[in-house]
Amino acid sequence: MVLRLACPHCGPRPVEEWTYGEVPDPPDHLTEADERDVDRGFMMGNTEGVKVERWFHAGGCRRWQTITRDTTLD
Amino acid sequence: MNEFIEAQVALGWEQNLRSSYDVVIVGGGGHGMSTAYHLATRHGITDVAVLERGYIGSGNSGRNTTIIRANYGIPEAVRFYQRSVDLYSRLEEETGRWIMHDRKGLLWLVHGTPGTRNERARSIVNQAFGADTVYVTPEEVGEICPEVDMNAGGGEYRVTGGSYSPHAATARHDRVVWALAEGAMKRGVHVHQRTAVTGLLKDGDRVTGVMTDRGPVTAGVTVSAVGGHVSTLAAMAGVRLPIRTHPLQAFVTNHYARTFRPIVASAEMGFYVSQTPRGEMLLGAGIDSQPSYSYRSSYEFLSHCSLPAVTLLPFLRDLTVLRQWTGVCDMSVDMSPIMGYTGVDGFLVTTGWGTWGFKGIPAGGEQMAELIATDRTPELIAPFSLNRFKEDRLMFDPGSTGTTH
Repeated sequence: MVLRLACPHCGPRPVEEWTYGEVPDPPDHLTEADERDVDRGFMMGNTEGVKVERWFHAGGCRRWQTITRDTTLD
Repeated sequence: MNEFIEAQVALGWEQNLRSSYDVVIVGGGGHGMSTAYHLATRHGITDVAVLERGYIGSGNSGRNTTIIRANYGIPEAVRFYQRSVDLYSRLEEETGRWIMHDRKGLLWLVHGTPGTRNERARSIVNQAFGADTVYVTPEEVGEICPEVDMNAGGGEYRVTGGSYSPHAATARHDRVVWALAEGAMKRGVHVHQRTAVTGLLKDGDRVTGVMTDRGPVTAGVTVSAVGGHVSTLAAMAGVRLPIRTHPLQAFVTNHYARTFRPIVASAEMGFYVSQTPRGEMLLGAGIDSQPSYSYRSSYEFLSHCSLPAVTLLPFLRDLTVLRQWTGVCDMSVDMSPIMGYTGVDGFLVTTGWGTWGFKGIPAGGEQMAELIATDRTPELIAPFSLNRFKEDRLMFDPGSTGTTH
């Protein structure tokens, strides 16, 4: 079955209704402004495991939601 | 599937994992094996180990839809992939192994003015940089592939033309990996299957080798040829990559009794199809939208991919789905590969192969081998360095990936 994300307003809804929102996660050791900008713009943690994410429920309540997901399972 | 591997390819497995190699390549897929093969054959560098967590070719090399083409939209990519197309067409002769290379031609359909403009531009860029793509009219589409319903079932996706790339081909993915593995092994390269890399050995900031579940291995150069899991390995070296891992699904139908010659794709409708040597129709489409490492296949994908396919190629309606599978793809931000230095001494990557890696196997390996042997970035892959993100010169070419992203 396709991935379902639990919306606090609408309940579990298929991922097709949602838009993924990348949360920039530049590491703390990057202190130089340009380096941080490059990291914010392009680089990704690409977490393999449990991750807190932002998703926009475009096909439902049209609210941004914070959702915790295990990327190795879903 | 049993293709009598041992009878057809003389793979000389080395049991002894040495504690040190000149070059350690992490990942025994097409790109890892091709890098090892070209190191051995072009540069005489054979103190090389390829470490593979599963069995060789078991990752994305064993899950892709085996299309070889160079009809990209930007000059740097056309030149690189045309090099790969040329190397592929010589690979059987060079290795003495039948990889089932079959030059079928690729028909890329468009449905309206914007697509027409795109494909005209693509043809011009392709011809200028060495690929033989031409723009084709609806009549020519009908001649190349009579099965296409030009009216697209009467809907809004009426076929208004397309581009045709005679150079496009398919090959048997396992055999490509095996042929390269055999060529590397018989020149002394060690390939270790069931050997997982669990960490990197470091001396200060420099990467000096890998920790495996069979013990540490030091290396002059460590190369990541890892697919979807590349970010996890790169993070051990302190390297952050512009990569997000997404699942990509595909499926085959049962045997279609007639010959279906070309590869047919529609980026606008979001699917592509070709016939395997066994007669199955092989279909693929875009990646799953969620970043994920899951190998789960979904019914939703089947329906999303089948609808446009049966609309354009009505004969597909009578076929049934045999197998469906998923791979996890290292999707780069600009939909182009990333090859070369990482900013960390002793650690190189060939990554960002996303959904377009198979076609790049020969040229990717050849160029990475040259980089390792000469310690200079070859001109052909210089545009694809990791540095391009810092230097604000992205190789943005999503329209050429053949899938919707």
